[in-house]
Formats: sequence, structure tokens, C-alpha cells
Amino acid sequence: MDLVLNRYSPDERYDVIIVGAGPSGLSAAVRASEQGMNYLLLEAEEEPAGTIRKYQRGKHVMAEPRGLPLQGALPFAAATREDVLERWEEAMAEHRIEVRYEARVISVNRLDQGLEVVLADGEKLVADHVVLAFGVQGNLRKLDVPGGDLPQVQYQLDDPEAYRNETIVVVGGGDSGVENALALTGRNQVIVVNRDEDFSHCRESNLSQLTEARQKGALDWLLETTPRAVERNHQGEFPITLVVSTPEGIERIPCHRIIARLGALPSRPLLEKFGIDFQTPDPTALPQLSPRYESSIPGLYIIGALGGYPLIKQGINQGYEVIEHILGNPVEPADAPLLREKFAKLGADLDIDEALAKIQRGVPLLAQLNTLQLRELVLESNVLLVNPGDIIFKRNDYSTTFYSIVEGDLDVLIDEDNIPDAVLKAGEFFGEMALVSGRRRPGTVRARTRCLLIETPRQAMLKLIGSVPAIRRMLDEAAIKSAVLICIGLSLKEEELDSLARSAVLRQYAAGDELFHEGDEADGLYLIQRGSVTVSRMIGGREVVLFYVAAGNYVGEMSLISGEPRYGTVRAAVATEAVFIEAARMREIIDRNPEIRAALDERYMQHLQEQEMRQQMEVSVDTGTMSVQGSPSNLFSFLIQQGVGEATDVLLIDESLCVRCNYCEQACADTHGGASRLDRDTGPIFANIRVPTSCRHCEHPHCMKDCPPDAIHRAAHGEVYIDDSCIGCGNCQQNCPYDVIQMAVVQHDRPERSLWQIMLGIQPKVTPAVDSRKVAVKCDMCKDIADGPVCVRACPVGAALRMKPEELMGYAGGGTLPGVGGG
Amino acid sequence: MQVAGRCPAWVGASMQRGNIFDYRNYRYFKLAVILILLALAAWLLFDPAVGHYGGSWLGYGFGTLSAFMVLWMAWYGVRKRRYRGTGATQGWLSAHIYLGTAMTVIVTLHSGFHFDFNVATLAYGLLLVVVVSGFFGNYAYMIYPRQMTDNMGEDSLDSLLLRIAEADKLARQIALQMPDDINNVVARACRETTIGLGVLEQIRGYQPDCPSALAVEQLGGLGRHLSSDQRTLYHELYSIMVRRQSLVKRARQDLMYRARLGIWLYCHVPFTFALLTALMAHVVSVFIYW
Ligand SMILES: Cc1cc2nc3c(=O)[nH]c(=O)nc-3n(C[C@H](O)[C@H](O)[C@H](O)COP(=O)(O)OP(=O)(O)OC[C@H]3O[C@@H](n4cnc5c(N)ncnc54)[C@H](O)[C@@H]3O)c2cc1C
Ligand code: HEM
Ligand code: SF4
Ligand code: SF4
Ligand code: SF4
Repeated sequence: MDLVLNRYSPDERYDVIIVGAGPSGLSAAVRASEQGMNYLLLEAEEEPAGTIRKYQRGKHVMAEPRGLPLQGALPFAAATREDVLERWEEAMAEHRIEVRYEARVISVNRLDQGLEVVLADGEKLVADHVVLAFGVQGNLRKLDVPGGDLPQVQYQLDDPEAYRNETIVVVGGGDSGVENALALTGRNQVIVVNRDEDFSHCRESNLSQLTEARQKGALDWLLETTPRAVERNHQGEFPITLVVSTPEGIERIPCHRIIARLGALPSRPLLEKFGIDFQTPDPTALPQLSPRYESSIPGLYIIGALGGYPLIKQGINQGYEVIEHILGNPVEPADAPLLREKFAKLGADLDIDEALAKIQRGVPLLAQLNTLQLRELVLESNVLLVNPGDIIFKRNDYSTTFYSIVEGDLDVLIDEDNIPDAVLKAGEFFGEMALVSGRRRPGTVRARTRCLLIETPRQAMLKLIGSVPAIRRMLDEAAIKSAVLICIGLSLKEEELDSLARSAVLRQYAAGDELFHEGDEADGLYLIQRGSVTVSRMIGGREVVLFYVAAGNYVGEMSLISGEPRYGTVRAAVATEAVFIEAARMREIIDRNPEIRAALDERYMQHLQEQEMRQQMEVSVDTGTMSVQGSPSNLFSFLIQQGVGEATDVLLIDESLCVRCNYCEQACADTHGGASRLDRDTGPIFANIRVPTSCRHCEHPHCMKDCPPDAIHRAAHGEVYIDDSCIGCGNCQQNCPYDVIQMAVVQHDRPERSLWQIMLGIQPKVTPAVDSRKVAVKCDMCKDIADGPVCVRACPVGAALRMKPEELMGYAGGGTLPGVGGG
Repeated sequence: MQVAGRCPAWVGASMQRGNIFDYRNYRYFKLAVILILLALAAWLLFDPAVGHYGGSWLGYGFGTLSAFMVLWMAWYGVRKRRYRGTGATQGWLSAHIYLGTAMTVIVTLHSGFHFDFNVATLAYGLLLVVVVSGFFGNYAYMIYPRQMTDNMGEDSLDSLLLRIAEADKLARQIALQMPDDINNVVARACRETTIGLGVLEQIRGYQPDCPSALAVEQLGGLGRHLSSDQRTLYHELYSIMVRRQSLVKRARQDLMYRARLGIWLYCHVPFTFALLTALMAHVVSVFIYW
């Protein structure tokens, strides 16, 4: 390759053009400069590292994953936002980085030789290689109207306190727009302009605050309204006027400032426009990349957040590596030492590539992955060597990891006897139920021989399921089979089980969807795979919820057995997935297997009794012996509305006992770094029961999606907790629909107070926090405190209680066998 | 005790691990009854030669037992702040209440009904104050929580105060466009209404001659001479003032409940300290004069 150092000239041809001056792009540029390449760095904004610049002032930038070494000459260590940016600017100056600002790339085209990069202003540049590193944050949708580029139009709100006595128009009815608007109320006149007819895209809490603010007159909104133009005023109090079209016609709003929060453009359409292929049609899928970060277009590389690596350090390493790859130099990926460590147990000097190849040969499921994906999977996983007799996990454990067997055999024990119910062999995998249901393990797994296992965290597996269709298909098949096995098939012969599983289908339901309706003909049996359902029935003219059935159980067996129409309506309480087996297939099985018939019959009798009991309870409401509000079904409905249907453990406060002493919060704060993770005073109330603002430890924690360092986990007893790799990005706070995550500085826990301190009311000295960085905090159910949750134990009157929804809903299903029949 | 008036029994059954009275199936109630019966039996069966008083061997027994129980009772204040401790605070409180009552009986037997102007009688008096305040506290814990919920619903005190402030602002603004007499009434109500300033006021739960109530009353009579334009505004103002008054009432009620739930502790705790001091003096003097 001809590497001539020469200055930029319009019709020259570059070795490499790097798009985006974030950490990844900067690192690539630094390496390209060190290697003396003819390169150019393009950045859409006026300064480098737009994403980091948009962090809040003084934010502590964290260098996760901690164990990963840093490659290349771009410096990076945990520090404040300002320090990090300063280091980078120094490095840019030192390496004389060739960068063009305000150069937004809008298109990349293939030429016969090389690639053509088109900028927003129409200029075209040519290069042999292009590295895309423009992240996933940058491309904010702009106000595309005349005057949209006036300085009074801004696209972010750094410091709401900075504005006073202004008239501010916020354009956009999404969460960020509404949050900005709310932050500005009180000191300013705020008007929200929303294109839609309501704010249904907003979170519940934002919506209620917004409505309240409007009722109080603190802000106003215009619906079904779109901006047409922004005009500059040359006199008067207001510098600009926003012209909008409303259902009533054109309106003019004089104001000081416009804050447009129109959301970010997703990167996928842009990349697809460039002609880049994606792994699957799934919206979460990532672009197809070779182990050298090359996309489906030769010469076009993708690194950093855009390629699916959400942390700064990963991006910097890839920036270095991609340049080496382009130059054709052998480069050991930064993760190599970590991988070597993972494989250390397997033999002193096992080559990494060999070890990876062995895994792919051994496990067909993992053979579906490309090398990059496999490396990442192994990095996030544990490599386990277990001895015969070792228990991998026990029945009813809450662990959520997924296992692939590279070598060895294991026994599965589903019921109480100590006789293995199934055998797992090399090449198979297990633990997949935890991926779908987020609940307890249905059986114990014990090593029969010496085994080599790969234990992968749930989050890493879910990422793969989203991007590799073959993996999704294989896991779905396995999930159906084990659901069938666990719910009904223990005594089935292998072939029968297989054929039953093959004929079963996986069905998805949104919250509120019906699985079947009261009075319907029985169509089949539903095994609830994830989520939960309610069974309701019309009693005295109103629909009454009778039962709540959690994942791992089945519904619909009753009318299968009796042949009568459906007894009740079964509805998904939250997003639910069920394995459906047709009635005819089921009857066939029942006829051929007297054991299954007997088991179903027994359950049928039991449910008949339960139904009778519940129904009488409801009827007594109608005849006046019970008040309607307090009827169990109303409490059910209320609790399901509060998300209890997807909870695994909720805190409730019996307001008729609570003496408002606040000891619950105090106890929580004292044992959790000074910030209480529950807010006793807020949260809805029904029949004296308050659901306070506190984590429900959801079956499928919404908070877990998009956590860049994967810091949110589920512990052995179901606790959803955040570990100390949290980088404080706030994504989880946004994602939790119940508003229970706060960003707070965690102090050292207060030491136990001495007798004197207590008697004299002295608070012990708190050693100041090591660093005052804000991280996400939420309830961890006191998983590290012996004797369990302190909120409950601190309550002097027993008003604070923790409940599992199964207990609460009057039905204790150990998570596996029992099913409540709605059919 | 019934769990919750509006909660059906089965919800109660699944939601309740029992309150402080029926904790663990009346465990401490039973213990207290046994203690009292044993003490009474001892009192009736053994008739010391010297008669019933603190100096008899039975008196010493009762005295020692009571002294330790008083210390244990006071320890509750420490225990409830030790969050990492094992067990539930609820059980401790249940025991505190029942065993405290039993102990009072034992102390009375210990005294042999001899009361004088001495430190022993002082200690006994202090004990009674602590116990009586404890009973009041108990009563408060039993009845106020439910009333508080009925009064507040899902609102918090902060949200009420915020809404009152908002109503103030709105009412004042509208009143500016009204004749002076109306404006004055409204302005005075907004200026002079206080919510829980004094302790007494908090405990009573109302402000005597509350300017807000007065304003609503007076406003009713002032609307007659208004033009039809002003009349619509006047109606709005009136409804705001009525809403405001009910908010004020609810906020005061809430403060009242809070005060009543807390005030007795200002007696219970200091007197506990006084009692501990008197008790110490009593014990020391007994050993000196032995
Ligand atoms: C609030 C928050 C906090 C975070 N905290 C941390 C942390 O503490 N530690 C950590 O490791 N990670 C953190 N992250 C993640 C981290 O910011 C990203 O992983 C990292 O910025 C990705 O780097 P990148 O170079 O791939 O992309 P980016 O940093 O997003 O850089 C992309 C650059 O490209 C520019 N650009 C965009 N479009 C174009 C275009 N069309 N043409 C030209 N240029 C373009 C942008 O202006 C930008 O400068 C956080 C993320 C957020 C949102
Ligand atoms: C010698 C007798 C007693 C002593 C020394 C004693 C002492 C105490 C102390 C130190 C506290 C802790 C207060 C605090 O720190 O908040 C307390 C709380 C309390 N006591 Fe007593 N007490 C006695 C008897 C009683 C009796 C007989 C009753 C009931 C009939 C009673 C009822 C209560 C109640 C309801 C509380 C409040 C519990 C709470 O909110 O945590 N006490 N007592
Ligand atoms: S933080 Fe929110 S989303 Fe996460 S488990 Fe708790 S309640 Fe569910
Ligand atoms: S703030 Fe939440 S999403 Fe972000 S790193 Fe921390 S735990 Fe993860
Ligand atoms: S500790 Fe119990 S009584 Fe006190 S505020 Fe909390 S729930 Fe209410």
C-alpha cells in the first residue's frame, strides 16, 4: 500500500476515512496517524466526542469492563467527563489528527475501486476504506422547517435552572420533551407542542405530572399541532415566533426559546441505505460483521456503539484493531488475555482459537455464531469444569444463566425422588427455561461424568436470540419440549414426547389479550411459558377475576376433561407466551396414558372445589355480605394494574396499621448507603393496601434492557439488583415503568449505633463517599443482610409486608406442577 | 381485632402475619397472663413474716424481676434502631406491650402498697406515667392509622400543601378583578390561614375562627351586587375557596393525626429516662441501708 503523507486536497483519495469522532473514531484516527496513513476523520458536530460531551456536567465516566486492557495510544481511565475530554483533545493535538468538523456523512457508495463518502453539504470524498464509528446517539432529528436553524432553537436541555421568566415552546410529546417541559415549569411559561392527539407515548408518571401541571396552570399544550416555521422578530420582548398548524388553523406563538425533542433517528435505516446487511429483521439486530469488523460491503468497517459494543473502552480497542486489520497486520484482540484466563483451567497452553473451535465443534447451538460473537459470548460466560456428582443448580433456584455442554453427561431430576428423569449429553444445552420465564428452575441438574460447561448470563443469551435466527429457532424448540415435559410429560415415552412437542406451537399475547373466552368450545391446553394470566368469569353481571396463574403452570385442562364449554375467560395479565397443544392431540395422549389421565383428573377435582369456593366468595359480595370494593376480584384487578402480575416480590403497606413512623425508610437508608429505596408515601392505595414506590422484582425486569455494562442481575432468590459496575447512564431509570430507580450518591453504610449514640440521638459519623458519582440505586431485597428485608423487620406494627404474587392471589404454586384450570 | 374494615377476611388472612396484639397467636399475651397469675399466686400463697413489702424475700424477688424488666423495656428503644438485628421489631413491640403491663402488676405487688415520700414511690409514680402514656400510644396506634388513610386517600401532605398554594395564587388573581370587599376577604384568608403552627393547634386539628372557613361564609353574602360578567368569575372564585377550605381541613386533620401518633412519645421516652434514674437511686439506697 502506498502511504504518502500529504495534506488534504479536494480530489485526493484517502487510505481510510473515519466517520464519527467519538472514542472509537478518535482511537482509529490516532492509530492511523501513528501508522502514517493518509486518513481523514469526519465529525458531524463542531467538536469531537459528541456523545460524551452531552453527558451531564461533571459526570464520572467509568472505564468498564474493568478487566479489559486498553489498546492503542488514545488515553482513557475513569475520570470526570471534563478530564476525559481534555485528555482526548490533548491526544488529538499531539497526534495532529486530521479532522473535519461539521462534516455530517449522509451516504456511502460503492465505487468500482474504493468507496465514496457523501457529506450533508454535497461534497464527495473517496477512500479505499471507510470506518463507520458514529455511535447510536448522535443523529437527533432536527426541526426541519424554515428558521429551524436559528440559535434560539435547541435540541437538548443541559440545565433547566438556567432559564427564568422566559416563554419556552417544547416541541415533541415524547418522554424527553415532557420531562424537559416539566423541568422548566414554575420559573417559565411553558407550552408543549405535540403532533399526536394525546401523550400516549409517555410514561405513566410523566403523563400524570404533565396533566397535573396543566391543571395547575403551570404549562399548556397544543395537540395535533405541527411546526411550520420559525420567524425572527426584530423588536418586542420575544426574539422569535413559532408558526404552527393546529386543527383550528395556523397559529403564531411568540417566544424566547424553542426546545425540540423529536427523538433520535435510528441508525439501522441509515446503514441499510448504505447497503449494509443486518443479521435478522429483528429491530434489535446488529449489522453483520466479520471478525475484522468488516461489514457486508468490502472495505466498509463498523466499530464502537454502532457495531453493538456499548462501552467506551471496547470502542477504543476496536478503533486500534480496525486500523491494524486494514493494514493487514496480525493483531491480537484486546480480549485475548481474558480469554486465555478463561481457558486456563482446560490446560496450560491451550491456543485460544483451538479452544473456540472445540466449543463450536462440540455444541451445535454455538456453531451458529460467528467468531466475534463467540468470543464475546465466552468473555461474558464462565467456563466450568465439574466433577461427577456436582450439582449445577437445584430445583426452585432462581438463577438465570444458560449452560452449553461441551463435554460430559448430566442428570436432570424433576420430581422429589432421587431418580434421574432425563439425561443431558455433550452438545446439548440446558437452563433455557430461565431465559423465557425468569422464574425458578424447574429441576435439579447434576453432573454424571466429568463435564466441561459454558455458563452464559441471561442477558448475553437474549442478545444472541435477538440477532441470530438459528439460535432463536433452536431455543424455541427446546423450550416447547421442556414445557411439555415438565407440565405433563414425565411419564411419556421419548418418541411420544417428541411428536407432541413438534405439534405444539408457541403463541404470544400482549397484556390484556384473551387466550380463550368463557363459554368457548375447548380448543386445547395452554402451558404458560412466560408472563402470567388471570382467570375470570361473569358473575352477577360483572366480570370477576377468580385466579391468577403464573408461568410454569397450565390452563385449559378442565373442559378438555369434562368436555363442557370453557368455565372462564383467560387473559394475559402481562405480555405472555404460551405453548399450545391442540385438544385432539391432548385427548389422544390422555387416552393412551392412564397415568396422565389420573393426574389430570385429580387436579380437575381439586380445581372444581377451589372454583366453587371462590365463586361463593364473590357471590357473597353481590348479596351484600361483603363490600364490593373489598371483594377479592377487585383487589386482584387493582394489583394486576399495579404490575403485580409481572412481579416476583412486592412490598405492600397496610395503611390501616401503619403509624407513619418512617422506620421502614430509615432502616432501608441506613443499611443501603444513605438513600432509601422505597417511598412509603407515594403509590396507589386500594382497600387500605398501598403499593408503595418500590421495586417489584419483575419477572422480566424492564430495567435490564440497555444497561451498557450489564450491571443489573437477578440473584439466587429472585432479587433484581444493580452491581457496582453501574456507570450511571440512567437508562434503567427510564426503562422501569414503576419509577422505582433513583440516581444517587452511595455512601458507606452507617455503622451500627452504640447505645449512647442512640440514647442521645447522635448520628454516627459517616465516612464520606469515596467518590461522589451518582449511580442507579434500587431495592435489592436486602439480599446481603441476614434475616431478610429490613423494611419489613423494622416496622414496629407489622404494616409493611412482602408478598409473592402467587401467595397474594390466593394460590401457592411452587412454580412447577400445579395448574389452575380455567377451562 | 379485625384487620381492615373493608378487607375481607381471606385477604386479611393472606396478607397479615398478625398485628402487634395477635402476634404469633397471642404469644406474649399468654406469657403476660401466666406471669401475672404466677405473681398473684405467690403473693397469696406465701405470706412472709414481715408482711408484704419490698424488703421481704418475696419483695426482693419481685423487685429484682421488675428492675430487669424495666431495663428490658427501655432496651426496646435501642432495639428498634438496630436495623441489622435479627427478628422482627413487631414481635418486640408486642412483647413490650404485654410484658410491660404484666410488669406493672408485679411492681405493684413488689411495693406491697406501701407508699411514702421516698425515691421508691417516686420511681413508682414515674413508672405509672410511662405506662399510662404507653397505653395512650397504643390506643393511638390502634385507631388513627385507618382514619388517616380515610382522610388522605392517595394524597400526601406535600401534595395538599402544594394544591393549597396553587389555589391561593389562583384565588388572589381572580379576586383582584372583584370589588374591594371580596378581594379583602380572599386576601385575608390566604394571608392568615395557618396550617399546624402551634403544637396545641396541631393536636386539636383546627384553627379557632379559621379565616378560610370565615371567608367561605362571608363570600356567600357578598355576591349579590355583581354584574353578570363578574358573576361567572365570582362563581369560580367561590368554588376555588370552597375547595381550598376542604384542602386546608384535610391537611390540618393529617397533621393532627401525626401529632397524636407522636406526642405521647415525648412523655413516654423522657419519663423512661427519669424512671431509670429514680430506679437506680432506689436500688442503690436499698443496698446502702441494708
Ligand atoms: C448518559 C450516558 C452515560 C454513559 N456513561 C458511560 C461510562 O461511564 N462509561 C462507558 O464506558 N460508557 C458510557 N456510555 C456509553 C458510551 O458513551 C458509548 O459507548 C460511546 O460513546 C460509544 O462510542 P462511539 O465512538 O462508538 O460513538 P459516539 O461516542 O456516539 O460517537 C459518535 C460521534 O459521531 C458523530 N456523528 C454522528 N453521526 C455522524 C455522521 N452522520 N457523520 C459524522 N459524524 C457523526 C457524533 O457527533 C459523535 O461525536 C454512556 C452512555 C450514555 C448515553
Ligand atoms: C417501664 C415501662 C416501660 C418503659 C421503660 C418503656 C420504654 C419505651 C421506650 C424506650 C420506647 C421507645 C420509644 C422510641 O424510642 O421511639 C417505647 C415505645 C413504646 N412503648 Fe413503652 N415502655 C414501657 C411500658 C410500656 C407499656 C406498658 C406500653 C403499652 C401498654 C408501652 C407502649 C409502647 C409503645 C406503643 C411504644 C411505641 C413503639 C414504637 O413506635 O416503636 N410501653 N417504650
Ligand atoms: S426496577 Fe422496575 S423494571 Fe426493574 S425489576 Fe424493579 S420494578 Fe421491575
Ligand atoms: S444507570 Fe442503570 S442502565 Fe445505566 S449502567 Fe447503571 S444500572 Fe445500567
Ligand atoms: S415502619 Fe411500618 S408503621 Fe412505620 S411507616 Fe413504615 S410501614 Fe408504616
